[in-house]
Amino acid sequence: MQIREPYFSKVFKPAVFVLALTPLAWMVWGVWQDALGANPIEYVTRSLGEWALRFLLFTLLISPLRRAAGWTQGMRLRRMLGLFAFFYGALHLLSYLWLDQFFDWAEIWKDILKRPFITVGMLAFLLMTPLALTSFKAAMRKLGRNWQRLHTLIYPLTSLAVLHFWWLAESKERLAMPLVYAVLLAVLLGERVLRWLQRKMPLLRLELPRVLRRS
Amino acid sequence: LPLAAQAKSAFSTDEGQTPYKDVTTYNNFYEFGTDKRDPAEYAGSLVTSPWNVTVDGECEKPGTFALEDIIKPHGSEERIYRLRCVEGWSMVIPWNGFQLSALLKRFQPTSKAKYVRFETLRDPKQMPGQKRNVLDWPYVEGLRMDEAMHPLAFMATGLYGKELPNQNGAPLRLVVPWKYGFKSIKSIVRISFVETQPGTSWGRSAPSEYGFYSNVNPEVDHPRWSQKRERRIGEFLKRPTLMFNGYADQVASLYSGMDLRKHF
Repeated sequence: MQIREPYFSKVFKPAVFVLALTPLAWMVWGVWQDALGANPIEYVTRSLGEWALRFLLFTLLISPLRRAAGWTQGMRLRRMLGLFAFFYGALHLLSYLWLDQFFDWAEIWKDILKRPFITVGMLAFLLMTPLALTSFKAAMRKLGRNWQRLHTLIYPLTSLAVLHFWWLAESKERLAMPLVYAVLLAVLLGERVLRWLQRKMPLLRLELPRVLRRS
Repeated sequence: LPLAAQAKSAFSTDEGQTPYKDVTTYNNFYEFGTDKRDPAEYAGSLVTSPWNVTVDGECEKPGTFALEDIIKPHGSEERIYRLRCVEGWSMVIPWNGFQLSALLKRFQPTSKAKYVRFETLRDPKQMPGQKRNVLDWPYVEGLRMDEAMHPLAFMATGLYGKELPNQNGAPLRLVVPWKYGFKSIKSIVRISFVETQPGTSWGRSAPSEYGFYSNVNPEVDHPRWSQKRERRIGEFLKRPTLMFNGYADQVASLYSGMDLRKHF
């Protein structure tokens, strides 16, 4: 499955770009029109965070899609999706620093140290930053093999992002959405673990389908 | 109800009131779902008439009463109270109803009655959120006897001069303005006078986060967030949270000598 050129670069990719901006457009419109309920600030902060997480998962979906469906063009969208994850993550962080804490740095520091869900959220963003900064061709060339190694950080950082959401929701019993993301992440990571095992142990290639059927 | 004739209570605040639309569309009422918009959407299935309330336990006059008989002996007054949710937001709501102490006295609690336990209806057909075990249904809350008899503790049957909407706890709910909102139990079907401190739904669900007292206290953080400030619905800047939600002059004496960090 491939999209013919020039439609991929002239239509499909720009369309994905515009689509990726619609959540933000919706939030801006919603604030403007007072359509986000009684607590629009909370709504915006939460949605920004959720969209950051969604884009991380989209990014992680690209290479399994190539392997499973042979859709190689997806690789040309991956950087954009990753940068959108960073974009929404940065806005999410900004909304916390500004709208939640009003840049009260002493309180923010206490929050980071004292509250595990804030700690892991900050850590996830911290790990995402070098990935965004090295997402350009020049950086890729310069880092060589290390670029690949550096960018495996997406696995722990996405896990931290899911944990951040999970811990936020936990004791208020609102685990339905965090659970959805945890399952999606488990599938995406599981696919990699399976492939890694197959590479390490060629014999498993024959055994695996049966294992999969059992589960 | 001649609501227009209601006298302003000395306990009412003159702060700006949260719009009716926000008060009735931004609710935590897990019996109808865990999202704050769920109660307004799904609470229509709750049948509030006929409605019975059972009063039992350590009292001289227990029984099961029709709602009308619970309410009738009491006049209706307006109380404009601050409501502070444990999640860090707040509202100002004009409630209509009557003082809890007047209701409780009618059943003549005995000297063994140390606490009052309240229970919400349990009926998954009317309360679809109860099909999921997010909490130990039915919802249970409680007050110490002296808290329950405090003149600020209130039973609401209406807000903004209108009948209480289902999503706000129709037909009868508790309002304890110096405690976090989840203490103010909704859609009450049972009131029990008990000798020992009752287990509460949130307390059982997460004992380290939701204590029995749950007094609004900016000095004692929730394990996952600070309670120093709150966002008043409709305001951009957060405002400082006040001790006992601003009712310290009235209620602080109830807790003199108690370590409020321990009894959070």
